[in-house]
Amino acid sequence: MGLDIRIPLGLLFLATGGLMTVYGLFTQGSAIYEKSLSIDINLIWGLVLLLFGLLMLLLTRTANRGNSHLESPSEREK
Amino acid sequence: MSSMAVQFTTSLSTIDWLIMLVYFAFVLGIGFVLKRHVRTSNDFFLAGRSIPAWICGLAFISANLGAQEVIGMGASGAKYGIATSQFYWIGAIPAMVFVGLFMMPFYYGSKARSVPEYLKLRYDEKTRAWNAGSFAIMTVFSSGISMYAMARLIQVLHIFDGLFIHLGLPLDWIFHFSVLLSAVIVLGYIFLGGLTSAIYNEVLQFFLIVAGFVPLVWIGLKNVGGWRGIQRTLGPVYTHSWRGMEHASTNPLGTQWYALIFGLGFVLSFGYWCTDFLVVQRAMAAESQLAARRVPLIAAIPKMFFPFLVILPGLIAISVPTFTQHMVAQAQTTPVPGLARNNAPSNAIASYAKSIPIGKGLIPAKIDPVNGRVMMDSNGQPLLDYDLATPNMLLHFFPTGMLGLGLTALLASFMSGMAGNVTAFNTVWTYDIYQSYIHKTGTDQHYLWMGRMATVGGIVLSIGAAYLVTSFNNILDALQLVFSFVNAPLLATFLLGMFWKRTTGHGAFWGLLSGTCAAVVHIGLTLPADAAGVGIHGGWITVLHVYPSTMAQNFWTATWAFGISFVLTVGLSLVTKPRKEEELIGLVYSLTPRPSEGNLAWYKRPAALGILVLAMLVLLNLVFA
Repeated sequence: MGLDIRIPLGLLFLATGGLMTVYGLFTQGSAIYEKSLSIDINLIWGLVLLLFGLLMLLLTRTANRGNSHLESPSEREK
Repeated sequence: MSSMAVQFTTSLSTIDWLIMLVYFAFVLGIGFVLKRHVRTSNDFFLAGRSIPAWICGLAFISANLGAQEVIGMGASGAKYGIATSQFYWIGAIPAMVFVGLFMMPFYYGSKARSVPEYLKLRYDEKTRAWNAGSFAIMTVFSSGISMYAMARLIQVLHIFDGLFIHLGLPLDWIFHFSVLLSAVIVLGYIFLGGLTSAIYNEVLQFFLIVAGFVPLVWIGLKNVGGWRGIQRTLGPVYTHSWRGMEHASTNPLGTQWYALIFGLGFVLSFGYWCTDFLVVQRAMAAESQLAARRVPLIAAIPKMFFPFLVILPGLIAISVPTFTQHMVAQAQTTPVPGLARNNAPSNAIASYAKSIPIGKGLIPAKIDPVNGRVMMDSNGQPLLDYDLATPNMLLHFFPTGMLGLGLTALLASFMSGMAGNVTAFNTVWTYDIYQSYIHKTGTDQHYLWMGRMATVGGIVLSIGAAYLVTSFNNILDALQLVFSFVNAPLLATFLLGMFWKRTTGHGAFWGLLSGTCAAVVHIGLTLPADAAGVGIHGGWITVLHVYPSTMAQNFWTATWAFGISFVLTVGLSLVTKPRKEEELIGLVYSLTPRPSEGNLAWYKRPAALGILVLAMLVLLNLVFA
């Protein structure tokens, strides 16, 4: 209905993942990672979230292309 | 809470705040974008019946994944072990398959706009009125409890402390601020975008909860030596879901297998998933009847694996060695926990508490809020505050940055639980109470306006409920007791209504009423062994029977409520006049043509999906038996 959920979903994860990745890059080897057993969880998980966000946005594009092939303009109006 | 046994300080930094702010911006942003698509009351209350099945499916789980769920399941995991997963495996999946395959055609196909409205179509006005009224009250209280729990948690974890100190505001305001904040956000996005907005946000919340909890389980498992490490530390009773079920005294739930299967697996679970409008509403928003039937089935697949995300943190929390890296320094200078326990009821504990971990693993001992002392059970052992299992896991393992995401996930789960109740409330209020009894002839625009007002009203009432719970702690216990049986008699009403055309309105109404009374009487006559004494938990008429645990009492209360409702509905239906068959087409199984599944691909066919889900369920149970 109106808005493809994958757009906000993708953008949210791009933003969150992006923030975490950058923060993780700058804090590599920092003492804050003693908590997470010396794993730079911000960097690793930030990248995972980034990828997920990208995937969602890509799916939106392919879905749109698929729709324009298959459906008549009137159906797309809905 | 400054004297909590295992004290974690929450110091949030800019990055954590940024992650939270990004999330809040998206939540409200969705509401603003969707606002222009809301033109009719149908758009607002039913999302225009245009949402794809997978989106509704994720919202279906998310709406149920509120505060009580995430915190409560972690707590039960720590307390009872992996047997808690029965609440998902036995207590949800079969019911979700049933509602998808057999009941959804009537909810969706009857064109009812709500569950109470189905009762009106199938039975009569009084049955609908009773259901609509009790449901509306229940949703307001549930959402109030969510609000209260969230504000308490924010207080206990000191999330806003730094911010408040920085701004020079009194720390006592944190509770009010938290209640207000959650109220404004949930109000904002539902007011603007209605059910669509709630569903979209629930999908966001679903992915956030997964994103926040997967790394928690990963790092946590690594710390305790994986599943094998947990098995070594906690032993077989904690790590097998069916061990010792032949007798109530040999398993942590304190119940036999047949009480578990009938009480939880049938009455409580079917009662909730098949009749509660909060979840059914998500499926009714789907774009077609076929999609609506697929919603609970799609939801069942991730639901099955949720124990690993929400229950496992509880088991990890209790297996983590109490002295870990950053506590070692303190531990060397303080007595061992065992010794501390022996001198327990002294003030010394409270003053030591910051450095002596008298809890177990990451779970601190319970502190009496009145005198600040550690609470003890009758054997002089400290009581553990299991509700802090999951939150303490986040604080223990997550560095700043990831912590922001973890807390956001937690807040998201609170808000999705609240929003689910608010959207169900505004629909039932507007369609089943306002339009049916107060103002019958309004325009569609009027009801759309009323829906928005009901959203405001529902939130204001929830805030009231949250403060009511704050001032009278017994209310919380009483409400949780009521929630534990309220759907049970209703299940009989629905099953008989959908699958026996002879059932009459009089039978249904009086059966339902008597079932509810039976539940109250049953609680009045029995007492769980773990209750402090005769009181709110039972026995206030007289004690005829003592159950081994509160859970066993819950299962049997529900079973009695269902049984009485079922028998009376059948009995009264046989002596009252049934409705004409042609009026019941589309409402009763035997009078409704089977929905054709045509030549769809197998994974789009509800029946095939249902079988797949059940097969996966059996497999999971075998692995963890």
